[in-house]
Amino acid sequence: MAEAHPVGFQYVVEAKKRGAKIIHVDPRFTRTSALAHSYVPVRAGADIAFLGGIVNYILSNEKDFREYVVAYTNASMIVSEDFRDTEDLDGLFSGYDPETNAYDQASWAYEGQQDDEAATQDEGESHTDRETASGLEQESHGPPVPADVPRDPTLQHPRCVYQVLKRHYARYTPEVVEQVCGVPREKFLEVCEAWTANSGRERTTALVYSVGWTQHSVGVQYIRTGAIIQLLLGNMGRPGGGVMALRGHASIQGSTDIPTLFNLLPGYLPMPHHTQHETFREWVDAIRHPEQAGFWADAEAYAVSLLKAYWGDAATADNDWGYGWLPRLTGDHGTYQQVLDMIDGKIKGYFLLGQNPAVGSAHGKAQRLGMANLDWLVVRDLFMIESATFWKDGPEVATGEIVPTECRTEVFFLPAASHAEKEGTFTQTQRMLQWREKALDPPGDCRSELWFFYHLGRLVRERLAGSTLPRDQGILNLTWDYPLHGERGDEPSGEAVLKEINGYDVATGAPVPNFTSLRADGSTACGCWIYSGVYKDGVNQAARRKPGAEQDWVAREWGWAWPSDRRTLYNRASADPEGRPWSERKKYVWWDAEAGEWTGYDVPDFEKTKPPSYRPPEGASGVEAISGDDAFIMQGDGKGWLYAPSGLIDGPLPTHYEPVESPVRNPLYTQQANPTRKVYERSDNLTNPSPPERHSEVFPYVFSTSRLTEHHTAGGMSRQLAYLSELQPEMFVEVSPELAAERGLEHLGWAHIVTARAAIEARVLVTDRLTPLRIDGRVVHQLWLPYHWGGEGLVTGDSANDLIGITLDPNVLIQESKVGTCDIQPGRRPTGPALLEYVVGYRARAGLEPDHHTPLQTSPEPEEA
Amino acid sequence: MGVRTWIRDWPVYRQLTGTDPLGRGAAAQSDRSKALTARTGTADSMARSVCPYCAVGCGQRIFVKDGQVVQIEGDPDSPISKGRLCPKGSASKSLVTSDRRQQKVLYRRPYGTDWEELDLDTAMGMIAERVLAAREQTWQDTDPEGRPLNRTMGFASLGGATLDNEENYLIKKLFTAMGALQIENQARI
Amino acid sequence: MAGPNSLYGPLDPAPDAGHVDAPPRMGFFTDTSVCIGCKACEVACKEWNLIPDDGFNLLGQSYDNTGGLTANSWRHVAFIEQPVANRGGATDSPGAFAGLPVGPSVSAHTAVVAAGSGQDMGTDPGIPPAVDALAAAATIAPPRAEPQFLGMPMADLPGRTMDAPRSDFRWLMMSNVCKHCTHAACLDVCPTGALFRTEFGTVVVQEDICNGCGYCIPACPYGVIDQRQDDGRAWKCTMCYDRIGDGLTPACAKACPTESIQYGELDELRARAQHRVEKLHEQGVDSARLYGNSPDDGVGGDGAFFLLLDEPEVYGLPPDPIVTTRDLPDMYKRAAVAALAMAATVVVSFLGRRP
Repeated sequence: MAEAHPVGFQYVVEAKKRGAKIIHVDPRFTRTSALAHSYVPVRAGADIAFLGGIVNYILSNEKDFREYVVAYTNASMIVSEDFRDTEDLDGLFSGYDPETNAYDQASWAYEGQQDDEAATQDEGESHTDRETASGLEQESHGPPVPADVPRDPTLQHPRCVYQVLKRHYARYTPEVVEQVCGVPREKFLEVCEAWTANSGRERTTALVYSVGWTQHSVGVQYIRTGAIIQLLLGNMGRPGGGVMALRGHASIQGSTDIPTLFNLLPGYLPMPHHTQHETFREWVDAIRHPEQAGFWADAEAYAVSLLKAYWGDAATADNDWGYGWLPRLTGDHGTYQQVLDMIDGKIKGYFLLGQNPAVGSAHGKAQRLGMANLDWLVVRDLFMIESATFWKDGPEVATGEIVPTECRTEVFFLPAASHAEKEGTFTQTQRMLQWREKALDPPGDCRSELWFFYHLGRLVRERLAGSTLPRDQGILNLTWDYPLHGERGDEPSGEAVLKEINGYDVATGAPVPNFTSLRADGSTACGCWIYSGVYKDGVNQAARRKPGAEQDWVAREWGWAWPSDRRTLYNRASADPEGRPWSERKKYVWWDAEAGEWTGYDVPDFEKTKPPSYRPPEGASGVEAISGDDAFIMQGDGKGWLYAPSGLIDGPLPTHYEPVESPVRNPLYTQQANPTRKVYERSDNLTNPSPPERHSEVFPYVFSTSRLTEHHTAGGMSRQLAYLSELQPEMFVEVSPELAAERGLEHLGWAHIVTARAAIEARVLVTDRLTPLRIDGRVVHQLWLPYHWGGEGLVTGDSANDLIGITLDPNVLIQESKVGTCDIQPGRRPTGPALLEYVVGYRARAGLEPDHHTPLQTSPEPEEA
Repeated sequence: MGVRTWIRDWPVYRQLTGTDPLGRGAAAQSDRSKALTARTGTADSMARSVCPYCAVGCGQRIFVKDGQVVQIEGDPDSPISKGRLCPKGSASKSLVTSDRRQQKVLYRRPYGTDWEELDLDTAMGMIAERVLAAREQTWQDTDPEGRPLNRTMGFASLGGATLDNEENYLIKKLFTAMGALQIENQARI
Repeated sequence: MAGPNSLYGPLDPAPDAGHVDAPPRMGFFTDTSVCIGCKACEVACKEWNLIPDDGFNLLGQSYDNTGGLTANSWRHVAFIEQPVANRGGATDSPGAFAGLPVGPSVSAHTAVVAAGSGQDMGTDPGIPPAVDALAAAATIAPPRAEPQFLGMPMADLPGRTMDAPRSDFRWLMMSNVCKHCTHAACLDVCPTGALFRTEFGTVVVQEDICNGCGYCIPACPYGVIDQRQDDGRAWKCTMCYDRIGDGLTPACAKACPTESIQYGELDELRARAQHRVEKLHEQGVDSARLYGNSPDDGVGGDGAFFLLLDEPEVYGLPPDPIVTTRDLPDMYKRAAVAALAMAATVVVSFLGRRP
């Protein structure tokens, strides 16, 4: 956190000054560790074993916040008797289909639900969800969970979630944590004790992770394990608690809320799938799940309002609000599938918008070769980046794989406006939108993305004007009439767009105050329902800037947070079931019986006047079905999920799997790695062998990558600046003195790092901040690389992401790029065509033929190659 | 300047007659030093902005003088950052004012070995043509079973994590209306 | 004429330098116990003061690639990597690295066995020579006896040998800066009046006056002030004289994310620092100490002083700096006596010629 988010870290320092204990768990000793009371080195890729050990500690010592757990989580719900755990099946849950490598999730359901086809996912649906990154979507929408699930509030029933959880993690003892993670028992217990002692009525603990956690083949399950701990300890929805993702780009939160993602429409509405959502009704019902509780029940209003925002008067009840103009998913169209399709010549054009995949995405070579096989490429950036110059002087030009005079890609470089030169909102990591005023006009040909896309749309519409083709009607009917302003008079108004995002009454044009005002009858339009309220009362709420010093600590009059300006999600849980604060010290939102409403420091994340005593009438659904003590109002059952009875592709409970590339056999299960991970088996995307495959010793070391304080992501905004470049001027690799001795590496000398994909070189920093760990009886070395470098800029170097292959988390299709195996050797790497031969030599020694198949399911028997 | 003034401004005169006989302080101060003020105070305008690097969302104040950014520093009013900035945020002025920034449209023709300059309007027209052509060539009305697809797989896009919500909104809206599905973002990476 | 202690001992320097009704003396308190080594101070300083970059050189001194205070780097963050027995009493927990393995990893051969991949799987590329067990063992260098890598700037590196067990480790960071001494030798020796004492008690080089004679460079007991190669003039921290004159905070202190660099009235900072040291001692950080805060030290106290977590030498600071012009009055006196004596001798000799 100190490394990548120094200004956020001021609060950790402040807490430390006030006596808080800071624990930092990381494979390498960083600037954060330097300020922590306690640093715990851990093996990269073993987080579920570590956190699962904490779950086991909590449950076996009954350290959970029992009243919270019974009231607000699904701990008491009874799971189907058909369910079999990984403890029973040696690393697989019940329902695994080796043909599709997906689960039939029926047996994971609650008691009585397992035979309900609507309520459960079969392996085919799981497969589709994986291809369309919909696993999490299912979870956030909540699969249908009726209110009459059998429950045992005493938590004694052998199949209640609490007991299932307890059995699942029983083997994750401190001894096993030590064996799997390399963390000595006493260090591990110190973490357990600190976390549990600092949770409960009077105290809360925050879990802060950086989004490297998402970059694993079990990334979603990492975060779920953290969420399970925080739910068990009663830390969710309460001040000073929560699971906090530190995101790394100014508006990366915003770009998932208003997604530039293939599988989503604004506000987490799913992009329609050609078989699952053939009709408007199928699409809407798949989101709202009739009969279920929670706010997703009103999804039809959000969906219709979005289509009204897109197509205005042309969206009518008769044409299903223009649903027919939406494109349909057929499978995985994610960024990595796209790149492989580019290599295969299936994609003609590509836009890069402030993004530098040649350096920043996994498998740099695949990225560059893909771009070299396009018809045209548009790069919009502030500076000349590697993704715009791959044809000129990229690494493949040096190896002869790209020959400029034979590379047909037509490249347009369009200079972009900087953040100072345009107005608009960023959504920061706590879901807060902040409006930026424009300081000045952009220079030369530099333009904002708003300008570019508005005018691209205008030009396209002009060219299609008069077309009667059905396919063109979606473009021609689009509402695309934003007011223009600025020095040149051609810049669309960001505020006008924000108003559309907020939503408005179609008849009057007046901004709607909240998403609860949205209607499914076409009378409202709203570009992103969760942002509804950002233009409440016709005022740009994101531009509010009442000084922090003049407000209380929640600072509600600075910016605007979705949904409905709630700063802490699920804050109903900060009060007990009767609506009283859990403690005076931790009061946040509570029921004011006299006034008959919820009140507190924050906007209550609950219906304002629904009393704690409210119980839904028989047969209720939707918002009406949310009980007065159901704090998790977006979940189908109103409860925080310790156990996910449906939706997650890789299982209802997080389980330790080894990273896809690991030097060790999974000490816990025969199943080595995530059996449902998304793979692309191709000769240009080989995976280093891991046990039980042979030859893992060719790549004996574990590597991880991350950021340096002094640079930003792929370097496009930092390696071009002298004041940052001078602070970290060269690509380097950090190794322990032990590894340096083992491989003959010298401090400040050169070394090169090799995987099945690439060999890159770096200067060596030998440092005690890295340490070998003892894993399952043997010593495992880890090395670390920053990933900021590439061939352009004031300081240049090889790219760490070239080392990484493409294997994805099955729920969200994010790549495993924070852990892999490699070799490191002293000296510089070969250059030119010799570099290719060198890597091929490694592949041969590792047994990686071009058609190599890495088995997803690993059995105790020797694998057939 | 009169002779008397000239003499009075002479450091040695000041040293001998003033309060600073050793000539190390008041007497040594030059006119330039005396006139120094913070350039934030003389700026023509100040915009309240947000740092473009990570997602903490630190407040920034951008000072502009004569059409140039002369300083970017932390906004002390922000309850998030309280006026502080990390090294990257502190380098924001360089980011905006760097002479390494590209300000011209550049074009690399197929099989070309170097960049050429291109007029912005021409480039926009060419891009619109290419988008429409790719769409035309790859349009899919239905799947083999006749279910609607209504899409093009002919072009893709990646980016947006440092763009504004309003910009992402227009990107998604336009691409979706054109039937383009393959829109991706750093959030997937 | 100058007071008796103008060149040594406690003093309020601004009034002494002729500033009538001088505002309170301003200073920096740099609390290294909360420094995260982010270098925002270095960058913010350069952005404000429009300083050239210092070149792109990987120095290998931990994360310090600036190297020191120079004409082009007026703030410098030092990084010190230190294996320690425990973290200065800051915690009662076991050392971060206690119990972890040392020495070379288990051989490639045992790795093969432990990985459970001994079965022949029908592929036949063969185990490569490089990881053949015996060959691999042969490539493993014998443990080195000499201490391994450590951060600068330590004269005597408390290194760890290969076979010594790890216990704990700490990473000290400190943002160094011109000390704005009460008795500033750079200023005292400046023949042109380019260096002057401001009304805030700070020491500033006036770029319009400096002629690059360089006398100030060796005079600084901390090695701070430096000549810029291209123009030859001397440059160093001005404590943002232009900003503080307008009531603003200097750029580095304003940016600092963790309040490691604090700017304010020196008296108040000294009290705050004292309080902070006591607090740290209460929390068990016995190694916390102040540096440059005492008006009784060899430079009359620093306008920019520090809270350190180890001896000053560990951070590359002189343990007992003394203003290099301390003995100037004595020297002047002796010179005067000598001159008088010489004059007398001359007179006598002239007189002596008289018949």
